[in-house]
Amino acid sequence: MTKQVKQLDRVIIRFAGDSGDGMQLTGDRFTQETAAFGNDLLTLPNFPAEIRAPAGTLPGVSSFQLHFADHDILTPGDAPDVLVAMNPAALRANVKDLAPGSTIIVDTHDFTPRNLSRAGYADNPLDDGSLDRYALHQIDLTTLTVESVKQFGLSRKDASRAKNMFSLGLLSWLYGRPVESTEAFLVKRFANKPDIRDANLAALRAGWNFGETTETFAVSYEVKPAPMRSGTYRNISGNLALSYGLVASSVQSGLPLFLGAYPITPASDILHELSKHKRFGVTTFQAEDEIAGIGAALGAAFGGALAVTTTSGPGISLKSETIGLAVSLELPLIIVDVQRGGPSTGLPTKTEQSDLLQVMFGRNGEAPVPIIAPQSPGDCFDAALEAARIAITYRTPVMLLSDGYLANGSEPWQLPDVDGLARIDPDFATEPNHETEVGDHEFWPYQRNPQTLARPWAIPGTAGLEHRIGGLEKADGHGNISYDPTNHDLMVRTRQAKVDRIAEIIGPLEVEDPSGRARLLVLGWGSTYGPIGAACRRLRNQGLHVAQAHLRHLNPFPSNLGEVLQRYERVVVPEMNLGQLAMLLRAKYLVDVLAYNQVRGLPFTAAELEDVFTTTLEGLHR
Amino acid sequence: MTIDLPLPQSPGLRDVPVSDVPANRKDFASDQEVRWCPGCGDYIILAAVQAFLPSLGLRRENIVFISGIGCSSRFPYYLDTFGMHSIHGRAPAIATGLATARSDLSLWVVTGDGDALSIGGNHLIHAMRRNVNMTILLFNNRIYGLTKGQYSPTSEPGKVTKSTPMGSIDRPFNPISLALGAEATFVARTLDSDRVHLTEVLKAAASHRGTSLVEIYQNCPIFNDGAFDVLKDKEEAEARLVRLEHGQPVRFGDREFIHDAHADNPTQAFEISRLDDGTMAHVPIGIFRQVARRTYDDEVRVQIATAKHDFGDGDLAQLLAGSDTWTISGAQS
Repeated sequence: MTKQVKQLDRVIIRFAGDSGDGMQLTGDRFTQETAAFGNDLLTLPNFPAEIRAPAGTLPGVSSFQLHFADHDILTPGDAPDVLVAMNPAALRANVKDLAPGSTIIVDTHDFTPRNLSRAGYADNPLDDGSLDRYALHQIDLTTLTVESVKQFGLSRKDASRAKNMFSLGLLSWLYGRPVESTEAFLVKRFANKPDIRDANLAALRAGWNFGETTETFAVSYEVKPAPMRSGTYRNISGNLALSYGLVASSVQSGLPLFLGAYPITPASDILHELSKHKRFGVTTFQAEDEIAGIGAALGAAFGGALAVTTTSGPGISLKSETIGLAVSLELPLIIVDVQRGGPSTGLPTKTEQSDLLQVMFGRNGEAPVPIIAPQSPGDCFDAALEAARIAITYRTPVMLLSDGYLANGSEPWQLPDVDGLARIDPDFATEPNHETEVGDHEFWPYQRNPQTLARPWAIPGTAGLEHRIGGLEKADGHGNISYDPTNHDLMVRTRQAKVDRIAEIIGPLEVEDPSGRARLLVLGWGSTYGPIGAACRRLRNQGLHVAQAHLRHLNPFPSNLGEVLQRYERVVVPEMNLGQLAMLLRAKYLVDVLAYNQVRGLPFTAAELEDVFTTTLEGLHR
Repeated sequence: MTIDLPLPQSPGLRDVPVSDVPANRKDFASDQEVRWCPGCGDYIILAAVQAFLPSLGLRRENIVFISGIGCSSRFPYYLDTFGMHSIHGRAPAIATGLATARSDLSLWVVTGDGDALSIGGNHLIHAMRRNVNMTILLFNNRIYGLTKGQYSPTSEPGKVTKSTPMGSIDRPFNPISLALGAEATFVARTLDSDRVHLTEVLKAAASHRGTSLVEIYQNCPIFNDGAFDVLKDKEEAEARLVRLEHGQPVRFGDREFIHDAHADNPTQAFEISRLDDGTMAHVPIGIFRQVARRTYDDEVRVQIATAKHDFGDGDLAQLLAGSDTWTISGAQS
């Protein structure tokens, strides 16, 4: 049977099931296949904080959304074109996001009265006509899977666990994805369990064949590869890119990487990843708590390591005192905050941008810390390198502000030219830097570089540079304890001036305004880059004029930011918080920016931002 | 770190470069004025440490003192070595990072009963559990001095202080029992007033590879004066102090047994630590426990060396590429 192949320019697929159904794995594999095929793509995993919430219930639903296209895309997509639902709860939790006419593929196996009621369905939605507006494919995926693997003699439970591979095979056929990389993955993953390996391979193949041979699916689809800059690509998540950026920083600086961390969602994967790279000389220290994580990192920094601590918002709360000490000691330290929903434990697995003011101000005293925020998963690599460069050059703790969406989302990433990466010079102090009136040579730990205001980094083991530092105020220059009022005033201002001077090396804020006629500027930071960019494109496609700028540096701000803000009649600042950047901008530049905020634990959709920008533009034209 | 000098032989200082020039106590005194209250036990300990350090024969720049917050934590300012006066309770965590990053340092933590046992209790027990190569000097004056006289986690029950006008109602820690319970490999107690004993214990602690916990009974003349007087009075001390020496008999009251500080099982050491029921009728001093166990920091270095040996040094380009790449040729824009 030859089936029709229909061309599409882009598709959004969402896999949804119980958190034990392997939906994240299914999504990951489909992503790898899609990346290998050459589409541009972005992903959005969404999973509950509970490891295994009760099966079949709404809180236990885990999903993975993938947007892929034949052109460059900026978001994981708003409404799915296809929903794969492995049980009634997965259907109920996700169907509201679908536009009429989209496709639903359900595993009918679990649509029993018991499971329907667990999901809160009074009637079976497969029978009651409530799904008539969708193209509904009802397939008993579980039974088909069990049948397809029965030759391997697995228990029914083990056999049915391969249903995620069956559905992956089916979707791979439907969208013409190559499955070789998934086959290779399964062979490696289950190398020690031949029967499980063979069952998964058989289920994958059976799913593909099911699509090809049955009449359930009359057409398959093709999404052609996207034109991308020539080069070598891989798919990468934000946490992985950030980990690699830290390893690269270690290589480029020649400093051994030391990570002190306590496990916390959604940052733990950085600890897991870095612990694999001991051959790069990486030390990962799983501390007894968040405080010890940063404390050990600071100790390692004193010893001359490239020191890092990774956490999320609740961990930043605990680390605050040590961050203050690092500000006082003026030692290089990278603090990674992968933001999640707050306050308190909040929404551990959901994304938010609500730690900006915490990392900006959340310490006692005047304790300025540079802040860098990556804008996409792949950008986490460059942001980590930049954080390391600033930390080392200016002898300062640096905040690297990622979020749950960047951490777990993924996109194609063009491999950087490793030989082209800039070196980072640790520039350790090696000799005394001060001559006394009587001609003696001394080491003054707080004698600063006049350009950067950075102090010397003199590590133990360097003869003649023995010195003591601490959290008490130090005298300018020689660094001994000082309670002198004028000196304290000078030191407070100098620490601030040092951070302010970083603006000299970060370059101006660039504005994208293709027509040059925009009266509206949209200013964002961090992971909202994708949906803001997509929404701006939509406006421009309608002939509207809108300018977009995105802040990578939240402290200090680029030196031209005030001038950029003044240039536009209206400035909209979308944030996944209640207006934290907007507050900083109003305070610093006296510009009446318009804050647009949501805190639902999910990224903005391009559609909602399109509405907001359109309405704002209409207001300007009135 | 390349080391081109001969190294001392003791396990704890195995990787620390030795000095080719002999030093004296003056070399270890910084130019800072010492500012403890007159009569403070800290002066005696400082003098003992400054006199003792030259005997290690190490390069001064390879010695680091890290402290937390409290009177005792000013200690690093008065020694001309590398030093860090950190924040309350965190010195063991900071030292853990430094010890793990650098094997070529002789690392000392100076802390007090409030710093180590109250706000920093968690870091203290985990440092000992991990057995990180450092020596922790716990100055125990059984009072909060720097905050002007509140009771501490080692104050005797019923202690009347500014914050406990009707007497404290919480039970104190026995720091030695706590250390033994936390799997410490070297646990000792000494007195600020007994320079010879203090120096002997310091020497053994520095030589030990792993975390050495040294409790030092220290008098606070302002807020808890005379807390240890019964142990300092010649006649009283004779009756009360139980001097521990490995392999030697321990006698108190009508009991006698041979002290085995090297026993793998800490039960006997723990039992000895309980001799003092709080009345100071029998106060053991000396080394309770001294056993060899792998240190955390050495094991970290072994894993890194093993990974490099088995798989070669890391290659950044290879790491970034991973196993699933695809190439877009020049035809597309």
